[in-house]
Amino acid sequence: MPAADPEGARTGYVHSYETGGAVDGPGVRFVLFMNGCQMRCQYCHNPDTWKEKAGRLQTVAQTAADIGKYAPFLQVAGGLTISGGEPLLQAGFVGALARRVKAEHGLHVALDTNGAFAGRLPDRWFDPVDLVLLDLKHIDPGRHQALTATPLAPVLESAQRLARMGMPLWIRYVLVPGWTDDETHVERMADFVAHLPTVERVEVLPFHNMAAYKWEALAGSRYALADTPSPSREREAWVRARFAARGLETA
Amino acid sequence: MDIPELHPRLESVLHEGWQGFRGEVWKRQIAVREFIRANHRPHFGDAAFLQGPSARTRRLWEAVAGLLRQERERGGVLAVSTETGSGITSHAPGYIRREDEVIVGLQTDAPLKRAIFPQGGLRMVEQSLAEYGFAPVPETIRNIFEHYRKSHNEGVFDVYDPEILACRRSGVITGLPDAYGRGRIIGDYRRVALYGVDALIAERRSLKGDTDGAEFTESVIREREEIAEQVKALEELKIMALAYGFDISKPAATAREAVQWLYFAYLGAAKEANGAATGIGRITAFLDIYIERDLRAGLISEAEAQELVDQLIIKCRIIRYLRTRDFDALYSGDPTWVTLSLAGMGTEGRPLVSKTCFRVLQSLYNLGLSPEPNLTILWSTRLPEGFKRFAAQVAIDTSAVQFENDDVMRPQEVGGVPLGDDYAIACCVSAMRVGRQMQFFGARANLAKALLYAINGGVDELTGVRVMPGLTPIKGDVLDYDEVMTRFGQVQDWLAGVYVRALNAIHYMHDKYAPERLMMALHDRDVLRTMAMGIAGLSIAADSLSAIRHARVKPVRNASGVAVDFEIEGDYPAYGNNDDAADRIAVELAEGFMARLRRHRFYRNAVPTQSVLTITSNVVYGKKTGATPCGRPAGQPFSPGANPTNGRDRNGWIAAGFSVAKIPYAAAQDGISWTASSTPGSLGKTPEERIVNLARCIDGFCNAKGFHINVNVLDRDTLLTAMEHPEEYPQLTIRVSGYAVNFIRLTREQQLDVIARTFHASC
Repeated sequence: MPAADPEGARTGYVHSYETGGAVDGPGVRFVLFMNGCQMRCQYCHNPDTWKEKAGRLQTVAQTAADIGKYAPFLQVAGGLTISGGEPLLQAGFVGALARRVKAEHGLHVALDTNGAFAGRLPDRWFDPVDLVLLDLKHIDPGRHQALTATPLAPVLESAQRLARMGMPLWIRYVLVPGWTDDETHVERMADFVAHLPTVERVEVLPFHNMAAYKWEALAGSRYALADTPSPSREREAWVRARFAARGLETA
Repeated sequence: MDIPELHPRLESVLHEGWQGFRGEVWKRQIAVREFIRANHRPHFGDAAFLQGPSARTRRLWEAVAGLLRQERERGGVLAVSTETGSGITSHAPGYIRREDEVIVGLQTDAPLKRAIFPQGGLRMVEQSLAEYGFAPVPETIRNIFEHYRKSHNEGVFDVYDPEILACRRSGVITGLPDAYGRGRIIGDYRRVALYGVDALIAERRSLKGDTDGAEFTESVIREREEIAEQVKALEELKIMALAYGFDISKPAATAREAVQWLYFAYLGAAKEANGAATGIGRITAFLDIYIERDLRAGLISEAEAQELVDQLIIKCRIIRYLRTRDFDALYSGDPTWVTLSLAGMGTEGRPLVSKTCFRVLQSLYNLGLSPEPNLTILWSTRLPEGFKRFAAQVAIDTSAVQFENDDVMRPQEVGGVPLGDDYAIACCVSAMRVGRQMQFFGARANLAKALLYAINGGVDELTGVRVMPGLTPIKGDVLDYDEVMTRFGQVQDWLAGVYVRALNAIHYMHDKYAPERLMMALHDRDVLRTMAMGIAGLSIAADSLSAIRHARVKPVRNASGVAVDFEIEGDYPAYGNNDDAADRIAVELAEGFMARLRRHRFYRNAVPTQSVLTITSNVVYGKKTGATPCGRPAGQPFSPGANPTNGRDRNGWIAAGFSVAKIPYAAAQDGISWTASSTPGSLGKTPEERIVNLARCIDGFCNAKGFHINVNVLDRDTLLTAMEHPEEYPQLTIRVSGYAVNFIRLTREQQLDVIARTFHASC
């Protein structure tokens, strides 16, 4: 009889995975996309991951085994990034998975999150996490609500709490013309980020509308940004410079 | 002691070239590896020391670039020397721009002028000349080969049996070197630089003396004749060099001489043998010892060291052979596979990375891109970081280098001997100990077509002709996995037998009528021979079997009962997704065919090996193969080498690489080829990140026991533009299954195939 493995038997909804991601954390990574997200960002490029109980229901043990197949590669090349959707919606599963992957394979584990639910988790939940990729959407509460359909305050509280814990952070900020690229808000966002002591880098991600086909496939959702252009290179450079002016490393 | 002693009287005259070199063993025996071990200094630093091209190099390359343009405009062949058959001393010296050439020597009396090799087969020479619009060979040469001399090609066809001919015609065995030189033999050209030709002649004579008075059995007679011919070849090599004004009877005394001597040896071999792949070997650590000695003595500057390397590379870029259009359709881009292997680790844990490894890679910046020489980096996770970075940078910037896993090869035993730290790659992925091991190259068996023979009872699906005797077709509406596997086993048993017969015949005749005297003079006497077989269509066969097992596959038969199409109901796991359900089938196919080959007897007691490699021939193999049970339509190209089928690898390129890495090297000791294409953005956000990430990826793939990786970092748009405006991309280079090709010299079909191949990640 195998020993009981309640953690391994825990199940979660997994949307998909990508084995060669080089833009979600350091190195080349196994990127696990979890299902479900409480935010409804108008620029979302993975709206197909919004539904909570969709995708494949699988156990921690199965998922860890899938990742483990790549361990000899990932140990050298990068690690695991748990993304989504919003992985913290399934914090029980994700925490157990991170612990197991860390214990069995010693992989570098990154968590790609909007941060809103991080405040609800105990510090020890983050023990196996080496890096948080924190997606900050907007610095103004009203605009944040309009853009994501969720309040801003829990996000900022989580960011400060993770920083206090000493968690390394990569801030990701999507640059959407007309939404997130105006001077006042960029400056305020940069100020906020500059006061988080554990930020290692800021990634300014230019919006693109390549997710249009995913939105079309979703019943009952309208892609308001279908005709929004990508930001100009100049604007992108300018925004980066705002962060860089505060001593932050940008990519 | 398997290494023969040098003639004792010669030792004294050798000393001049050896000043400042350490070690003793290599002075008493021909042992280049021991020389390298005793004198090599690894370079742990970065690429900052590298220099640009010299003015002479720039002028020389400009001249070559102009000639290459003319060659393209002339339809692929610039000129042919039809008046005389190629040999070591057949042509007067030739130059490109004599005043700018630091390293000299051409195959004929003019650059890019191709020689003919009638001893391989007169018909091929005549066909090639006609196809490219040149005058036929003169009556004198035709007379010789029609009345007095037999060719390799004639010998082979004298002994082929009907089954071999049928398999050759149907394409279930393709690319047999019966109409072109076998190649894939690497002479140890370093020996000429280190010892000079006289010492090598003395060594050969002493070897021949070993059997004076012995019983003259067939093998003793053959050996004595071969050694006698090798001595003649070495004498001819001296004469060839003298015509260029160099006496290479003694060891090289300077770096420039070492490069020149080594190149002369290579050139002589290339003039004598019409090899499909004529690699130059593993030469960087060796040459670096000479360069370092001269640099320390203040005899040359770094710029001059780079000039030597650049000029050697220029010579490697213009090696040419006259081939038929058929050959080009199969391999495309007029390849010569002047494979140059570099880096790797010493068995004692020191990296064999020298500054000259960097200098060779630097030539891609100094001269621009080129598929030749086929730069092959022997990768180890333990290589110095500075080199890993530079190699990754070059791969991203040029797509003109390939990586092979030194950590897998070094300890691998072939014929009971580990490959060790002085092996080199011939062609694309074929490892052999330099000067100690050679191979009998042998084409590929098309496993996808063989599977169709199992279904159709040995009848060819395209022609309706029976190829395999004594097999009945599978009846029934739905293919049954066990029944198909039983038949497929029978077909493979038969196919392996036909294939081995063909190769034994080819290499017997090649040795007899077109021997590589000089290449073999630069080998040990007791050379290990491998018979390098190969398989094509691995992913198609594996996916087809997976479909038959996991889905319902219904054959669509024509009026004669031959399955010409298949209907698939349901899904099946495909090879290339790191899913054992499909990958295990591919592994079992590779192991199973190898086991079948091993049951046979091989010419000259060769050790059988196989490759999973197709170079560019995946397009031709696909064209010659009907629809397959995996859903692939008739005529569609196979994926190259061991790659998953285009578009069926859905879990990203790391998953694809892991599937390929499952094929054990022990079952494919002639190499397993994987081509990965990527867009720059998918490797990282900044150039710096891309370099680090690619180096980590190669480390990770090697750590997972992957054998080989070709890396293309290109935008799909660039390739599409190059198709429409080839004149703007004369040097655009891409990698395909173990080899780099000049993109604009591919056929349109092959270009489309390259573009259709999975470009992993698109954003």
